[in-house]
Amino acid sequence: MSLNIIVLAKQVPDTRNVGKDAMKADGTINRAALPAIFNPEDLNALEQALKLKEQYPGSKVTILTMGPARAAEIVREGMYRGADGGVVLSDRAFAGSDTLATSYALSAAVRNIGEYDLIIGGRQAIDGDTAQVGPQIAEKLGLPQVTYAEEILDIKDGKVTVKRRIESGVETVKAPMPLVITVNGSADACRPRNAKNVQKYKYAAVPSEVADDEAKKTMIEKRPYLNIGEWSAATVNADLNQCGLSGSPTKVKQIENVVFTAKDARTVENNDAEIEKLIQELIANHTIG
Amino acid sequence: MANFYTDNESLKHYLNHPQMEKIVALKERNFADAETYDYAPQDYADAQDSYDKVLEIVGEICGDVIAPNAEDVDHTGPRVENNRVIYAEGTKKNLDACRKAGLMGMAMPRRLGGLNFPITPYIMAADIVSRADAGFENLWGLQDCAETIYEFADEDQKQRYIPRVCAGETMSMDLTEPDAGSDLQSVMLKASQKEDGSWVLNGVKRFITNGDADIHLVLARSEEGTKDGRGLSMFIYDKRNGGVNVRRIENKMGIKGSPTCELTYKDAPAELVGSRKLGLIKYVMALMNGARLGIAAQSVGLSEAAFREALVYAQERKQFGKEIINFPAVAEMLSVMKAKLDASRALLYACTRFVDMYKVYDDIAKERKLELEEKKEAKEYSRLADAFTPLAKGMTSEFANQNAYDCIQIHGGSGFMKDYACERIYRDARITSIYEGTTQLQVVAAIRHVSTGTYTNWINKALEAECKPEDQDVKATLQLMAQQFNDAVQAVMGVESTEYHDFMARRLVEMAGYTVMGLLLLEDTTRNDAFRRSMNVFVKMGQAEVAKHADFIANFRPEQIEEYKF
Repeated sequence: MSLNIIVLAKQVPDTRNVGKDAMKADGTINRAALPAIFNPEDLNALEQALKLKEQYPGSKVTILTMGPARAAEIVREGMYRGADGGVVLSDRAFAGSDTLATSYALSAAVRNIGEYDLIIGGRQAIDGDTAQVGPQIAEKLGLPQVTYAEEILDIKDGKVTVKRRIESGVETVKAPMPLVITVNGSADACRPRNAKNVQKYKYAAVPSEVADDEAKKTMIEKRPYLNIGEWSAATVNADLNQCGLSGSPTKVKQIENVVFTAKDARTVENNDAEIEKLIQELIANHTIG
Repeated sequence: MANFYTDNESLKHYLNHPQMEKIVALKERNFADAETYDYAPQDYADAQDSYDKVLEIVGEICGDVIAPNAEDVDHTGPRVENNRVIYAEGTKKNLDACRKAGLMGMAMPRRLGGLNFPITPYIMAADIVSRADAGFENLWGLQDCAETIYEFADEDQKQRYIPRVCAGETMSMDLTEPDAGSDLQSVMLKASQKEDGSWVLNGVKRFITNGDADIHLVLARSEEGTKDGRGLSMFIYDKRNGGVNVRRIENKMGIKGSPTCELTYKDAPAELVGSRKLGLIKYVMALMNGARLGIAAQSVGLSEAAFREALVYAQERKQFGKEIINFPAVAEMLSVMKAKLDASRALLYACTRFVDMYKVYDDIAKERKLELEEKKEAKEYSRLADAFTPLAKGMTSEFANQNAYDCIQIHGGSGFMKDYACERIYRDARITSIYEGTTQLQVVAAIRHVSTGTYTNWINKALEAECKPEDQDVKATLQLMAQQFNDAVQAVMGVESTEYHDFMARRLVEMAGYTVMGLLLLEDTTRNDAFRRSMNVFVKMGQAEVAKHADFIANFRPEQIEEYKF
């Protein structure tokens, strides 16, 4: 058995080393002041994919990321660690996307990739911390999902056994492929970059990165594995109304510093009635709405 | 999130040394591999970029994995179960990271699965790894042994063993025995040839680093009835075949993560490497030179770690209302540590460039006849490598010990406690001036080049090089040091007594060492102003050391040796 695995990855500002000038006066992130890195939990996700590739020879790991052309660095990083290639989803039309518009665009890109057995991403990105994009992609593609995954234990008869980290311990679940898995930070750390891969893929690029460099263009023509896909909204047949700002119902009114004070955790049964009850409660106490 | 390569500018300075262009062009046979291998460089700039990127991986693994594991590995260490070595958990993780990163067999050719790195960037990796954990460097650095297989084994053996090393299998070199330490001519492990021509090994080895390795190089007595080095041959033992057991591992003072094993060989099947009887006189000598370079790198890494630990502590620790770095006594210690560190690294990489030059010609000579000019150059660099390797091993390991000592001194009482890394560095450094030949034995190897003029010739040539106007004073001092060295050599050699020569040898070798290292720092400063401070501090110290030795020799009457005898 060989698998087609898509790894969702995001280039994020390194919010773990925040300095004085990390936030702008208007409350948005000052991206220029923070180094751009591979979102940490997406690296955990990549490791799960690479382990499967080792286990099932012939499997293919494709990195999918949305962002400007420089986000190709994330795809290269993935290739240095063992991914086979990747795609940067890049279009001005995607600018200002909230999680809904992001998951719309990414699910369109996943459809465009076509063949896939597993879509694995990090639980959440360290810039937005929403943990929404993975689950939303599953919903949009009509796929089952396993969140908070810590280890992919086994694949048998088209079913994946996953250990997931939950509040009270660990839980082992089984789900059919194709499947979306979001990986928790407690999963194994990603393997390091590999010396041969780094030397092999260091000139990999999306077309717009090498537009002005004839020598690099020729090299990429000669070595097709150096070509990183660069897809626009049109490439993935995205409906522009659902992209970027126009596709984003989230409107930021104001940003303020909040000290997190919640102490207790509550468990809600996984059924419509319980969830409805929780939503009503949250609306009543003005947490949402 | 630390990176032990990118946070250390001096490594890049040596990686970009002007001589590297020629070394890389020769090593890459004018970049012929680019057609065959997708990870081979296309030109010099591409190769340099690759070295840089790979060293960045080394630096990251060292900063994020190996260094954080070092304390735990030091505490738990390896153990023996059922005659097999079980590494400490941290060691397993370190090895796993190095394997996945493809950092094994770095210097091996691509056709055998390696990265085809010249010795210089490969040793840089060793330098970085040692700063993170000197004990782990031993395990990782034993990939050196593949070099011996590559140089002396037959093609079939190369094809069978080297790709395994590149894929991450570990190696050991089984030389020492209970009665054969520095004196390897006394090796007794018995190699017997069976009727079908195959060999088996029987006997005991002691103090074998990583003695439960996957692939062993073994020195054994193949010629029955012989007693000296000419009866010894080199063998490969493959752990898959069985026959070698680990009886125990030593409880050591330092480098505790590296298992030092006592091995018993019971009819262990082995393969002969190269020709019979050349085991010690040719192959082990080559193996040792590579290993000595590795220990020099280990010493430099330890010096780096010691300096950094001391600097951080001195900047933070307050006494009498200010950080102790502001007290001249502490500041001087730190300056001298840094100068010794920089001088050590300068000598290490001068040495690796010499080794690179002659090794690459040796390798080319297997493919085609060398031109006359090339032959001359190969011979010259082989001589320089032969002279600089013991000098580098001797000087850098002594400096590593001195830096480790001063690192604890700067920590004061806290440094004596187990709470700081400095006590581990101190224990780890201690072995560097002992194994792969004690400093005293490095002196024995180096003194030949004192008397034959290898150092003097190199020094004279280095003194001819241009330097910046502001460094003329330093150059003049170095000229004076060279003169004192030469005068001392004349004086000592003028006395017809081998015993007297031996007695003065260390002093002479150290005089050469200080002069050579000072000149190398002058060359570095000419290329990069960042070295000026260390150069000035080092030459000041070197001048005093050379004068001290000159004084001792001048005031010593040969017959006074009697007073030093027991």
